[in-house]
Amino acid sequence: MKAVVQSFLRHPSGMLGLVILLAVIVLAVTAPIFFPGDPWDTVAAPFTPPQTDGMLLGSDSLGRDIASGIAHGTRVSLMIGITSTLVALIIGVVVGALSGYVGGRVGEWLMRFTELFQTIPAFMLCILLVAILQPSIRNIVIAIALVSWPQVARLTRGEFLALKEREFVQAARCQGESPLSLIVRYILPNALSPIIVAGSLAIASAILIESALSFMGLGDPNLMSWGFMIGAARTMLRQAWWMSFFPGVAILLTVLAINLVGEGLNDVLNPRISRQ
Amino acid sequence: MTASNSSAALLSIQDLSIVLPSSGDRAYAVERLSLDIAENEIVCLVGESGSGKSMTAHAILGLLPPRVTIDAQSRVLLEGTDLTKLDDTAMRRLRGERISMVFQEPMSALNPLQRIGAQVAEALQLHNTAGLSAAAIEERCIAIIDAVGLPQPKQIVRSYPFQLSGGQRQRVMIAMALLNNPRLLLADEPTTALDVTTQRQILDLIQKVQAERKMGVLFITHDFGVVADIADRVVVMRHGRVVEQGTRDEVLRHPQHAYTQALIAAVPGRHARSTPPSGKTAEPLLKIEQLKKTFVSKSGLFSPPRTVVAADGIDLSIQDGETVSVVGESGSGKSTLGRMVMRLIEPDSGTISFAGQPVLGQDAAALRAYRKQVQIIFQDPFASLNPRQKVGDAIARGPMIYGASRTEALKAAAALLDRVGLGASAVNRFPHEFSGGQRQRISIARALALKPRLLIADEAVSALDVSIQSQVLALLAELKAELGLTMMFITHDLRVAAEISNSVVVMQKGRIVERGAPGQLFANPQHAYTRTLLGAMPGLDFFEHRVAA
Amino acid sequence: MNLQWLKGLGALGVRLGKMVAVILLIAIFNFMLVRAAPGDPALVMAGQSGATDEAFLQRVRAEYGLDQPMPTQLATYLGKVVRLDLGYSHRQQRTVLSAILERLPATLLLTLSAFAISLVGGVVLGSLAGVRAGKLSDTLISLLALVIYATPVFWLGLMLVLLFSVQLGWLPAFGYQTIGVTMGTWAGVVDKLTHLALPAFTLGMLYLAIYARLMRSSIIEVSHQDYVKTARAKGASDGRILWRHMLRNALLPVVTMAGVQAGTLIGGSVVIETVFAWPGLGRLTYDAVLQRDYQVMLGVFLVLSVLVIFFNWLTDLLYRVIDPRIKAA
Repeated sequence: MKAVVQSFLRHPSGMLGLVILLAVIVLAVTAPIFFPGDPWDTVAAPFTPPQTDGMLLGSDSLGRDIASGIAHGTRVSLMIGITSTLVALIIGVVVGALSGYVGGRVGEWLMRFTELFQTIPAFMLCILLVAILQPSIRNIVIAIALVSWPQVARLTRGEFLALKEREFVQAARCQGESPLSLIVRYILPNALSPIIVAGSLAIASAILIESALSFMGLGDPNLMSWGFMIGAARTMLRQAWWMSFFPGVAILLTVLAINLVGEGLNDVLNPRISRQ
Repeated sequence: MTASNSSAALLSIQDLSIVLPSSGDRAYAVERLSLDIAENEIVCLVGESGSGKSMTAHAILGLLPPRVTIDAQSRVLLEGTDLTKLDDTAMRRLRGERISMVFQEPMSALNPLQRIGAQVAEALQLHNTAGLSAAAIEERCIAIIDAVGLPQPKQIVRSYPFQLSGGQRQRVMIAMALLNNPRLLLADEPTTALDVTTQRQILDLIQKVQAERKMGVLFITHDFGVVADIADRVVVMRHGRVVEQGTRDEVLRHPQHAYTQALIAAVPGRHARSTPPSGKTAEPLLKIEQLKKTFVSKSGLFSPPRTVVAADGIDLSIQDGETVSVVGESGSGKSTLGRMVMRLIEPDSGTISFAGQPVLGQDAAALRAYRKQVQIIFQDPFASLNPRQKVGDAIARGPMIYGASRTEALKAAAALLDRVGLGASAVNRFPHEFSGGQRQRISIARALALKPRLLIADEAVSALDVSIQSQVLALLAELKAELGLTMMFITHDLRVAAEISNSVVVMQKGRIVERGAPGQLFANPQHAYTRTLLGAMPGLDFFEHRVAA
Repeated sequence: MNLQWLKGLGALGVRLGKMVAVILLIAIFNFMLVRAAPGDPALVMAGQSGATDEAFLQRVRAEYGLDQPMPTQLATYLGKVVRLDLGYSHRQQRTVLSAILERLPATLLLTLSAFAISLVGGVVLGSLAGVRAGKLSDTLISLLALVIYATPVFWLGLMLVLLFSVQLGWLPAFGYQTIGVTMGTWAGVVDKLTHLALPAFTLGMLYLAIYARLMRSSIIEVSHQDYVKTARAKGASDGRILWRHMLRNALLPVVTMAGVQAGTLIGGSVVIETVFAWPGLGRLTYDAVLQRDYQVMLGVFLVLSVLVIFFNWLTDLLYRVIDPRIKAA
């Protein structure tokens, strides 16, 4: 564990990502301090350009503070990203572990079921679910989790299948270990690294999906999220480029940071010679 | 095997030093190595892993990995030209034409997506100074494929690598290497990954083509048996330096350096380490009757499923206190047999009984009781231990599952680690801190923790360097005598079997074809396959294995 | 020879069977989703527009047998799907199927173009980066890919419109073609192409980044393989090794990934069509979301899934072309 942390601290791009990510998290936590009040409130004249009248990043068509919207939107993105990924991880690891460990027909059918989910256009399914069940944080989290778990399941199944046949697992069987003990003590700890990496990348993808949903008007109507801000700015590209520019940069930086951290973790946890 | 009488060397390596990148564990892969290869001779470069023998060959052809460089003082002279000073274009003209190379792993050395014919033809196309037409090139390819002993060359030319066996692929590699009539052939452990009978065929082939074409051959190997069979001269390497060199007879019969002596002494089969069975009971400890197992794998919707018969009615009895070796090549079913005895794989039919009690078809409680008495050691030291479990815990788990307390079990584990030569402090360390040989010792300690009566060793020493192999075999023999164990030793190496067993069982394609005491088997083999196996053993003539009857 | 033909047929048959299974399962899913929504299923199926039309509601109730027990409802629904009856859109006053078929070609054009751009571009850039690993060109390409991979695709589209359309005026911002102007066939094609450029490129960019990174690491991995060493030992030059030995082998994981990504590419087309007002199924969906026209959404979902299977078949074909082992086995 300590060795992992030390290696990560020496990984340049991973550390860059971590620094940016920490800044994002700090922004999320301190949003009500630096940007008190509701981001939905009108605080300035509409279409105020950035750096004018005390508006750091300008104001939108209804005179709302863009900077405030971005700060508060940080919470939304992080919260939805992390929650949906956690749910996806739980479902994915359980299905994948079962499929990989039990194997045989059960395993194959579970795999077919997982593949089915990968055949359908994921974003379309999200749209459908959120539209029909009505847009809310709960439904968005469910929708994103539902399209994210198959990848985790495939990965977990692959790891379990490979590890199950590894000699040290066979030796443990000969020592009398029970199946549950085999999974928990021997297989899972060795399968965790790729799962952790997949999880971190899934958070990034969840944030992207959530912003796309909000862009299409399917975000939770009570939450000011980055995607919604860009969606609201769509028709005003000519007049007010800042309305869509800054929220997009926020998404880009956050997702980039998470990807850098995820890949740094991958390099540190699964060192391979080919990474030159 | 003609003695070299040419004074001008074909290849002369002088003061070769290969520098490793600074992040490595040592500065030089090879340090100030000098050796000569004359025309028309086979020089064997021998060493264990990490000796730098493979790097030396790669350096000759300029095939070193990136960031690994040749020191400026080194000189590699091919008939007078210094290869280290040539530019890339000149080197490319040389490769495959004046010097050719054959590598170790036939399974990965050929492009899987290209037909054999295209790959062999490429060797000619790259050096087509004679301006041969495509048809002429194809003719030459078919001719050379025929010359290396592959049947139906026209069909081989159209095949893909996956359709050929390991031995066949190695022949193709040799064919590619010979196409342009090179003066020097570099062979980097070309037979190490092959079955022993296939190895014999490839060794014969290399000797034949060498004699026919009067080439110089640099043959890299770790096996002194192979050296005894084919070498004219021998160079022994250790940790990047030459330790000894001389003619074959000089080095093998009168080794000067202590390391060479140790390596030759470690060649298996030269001393008997077996102990006679205690013969306590007349009833066999393990009795296997008519065991059958067939593996079926689907290979697509319309192709018939592929069946592999791993066990075709095996009958085997092992007496208490015996060491029985099960010998066979890949596909013989020997490993499957071991796993079926451990009930890691369930047989299709047949019976196994242990100490009179049936083993198959028992419930969980009976299986538990059985598992306590039979333990197994696997082949791959790097996959046999849980990387995230401390060594002491790995050993203590077994007894703990069967009721011992954690402190007791750990104490016993420490004692076992001490006994296998690793010291009790190893208890708190992780597997990655140990070498391959040490990990095998840990696996032995783990197996012994449950105080079994029967120990199965599934190619337990095959992945180890020869000197380490010798040590581990000695350890196993000691432990067996001390603890009164019965052993089933699975191996592909008849020499190892000869050294440690009371009885040798020969398997082929899922059947037992012969059984006997080592001395008997060697002196008077009954079955044709046993004779083939014996004939294929490297170094048989030279080392004159003497085994207890 | 006969066996090959049979095998090819068999493979197609398996695909068709899979498609039928997927369609059925999606239909069942659609069925359950409507029932899971809050409120009266009849209202859901009528959409926001139809919910106010009492006569229409009655028709819906009768047609789908909403007063019948569940199994009967399901059977009725599946029966309709099998006969390609995907419902009726009150808002648009036409069948869902006709609305979809009208928009399908535009989506096909967009997704196929994006697919081609991403695969070709990704392979070329990835190979370049992989072969020059560690050098400046590699660092630049890898960095670019990393940033594009993190960019939300709809925002990228907007920014590209801002740059190429608003600022530079090189390419049109929205739509399929210039309306209100009649032009000859050739000019018409060019016109459509300029309109296709931005949306296809935007959609393709994300996947280009993915395939470039994958191709890069694939090339690096392949360069360590033994057969590359064998080729070098025969005297082959770096260029020849790359072209004849490395490329094909390195392509395989990329093509596999392209198949896996088909679903997300097609899903992503929905957002792109929304941004660029491209008259395809995605645009149709966006309008349906605004209008709460649920039948249309369900129908598009079904058709897009079929499209994914089509793309999977395409990548499978591509894989077989590259890897001759499958045929020969």
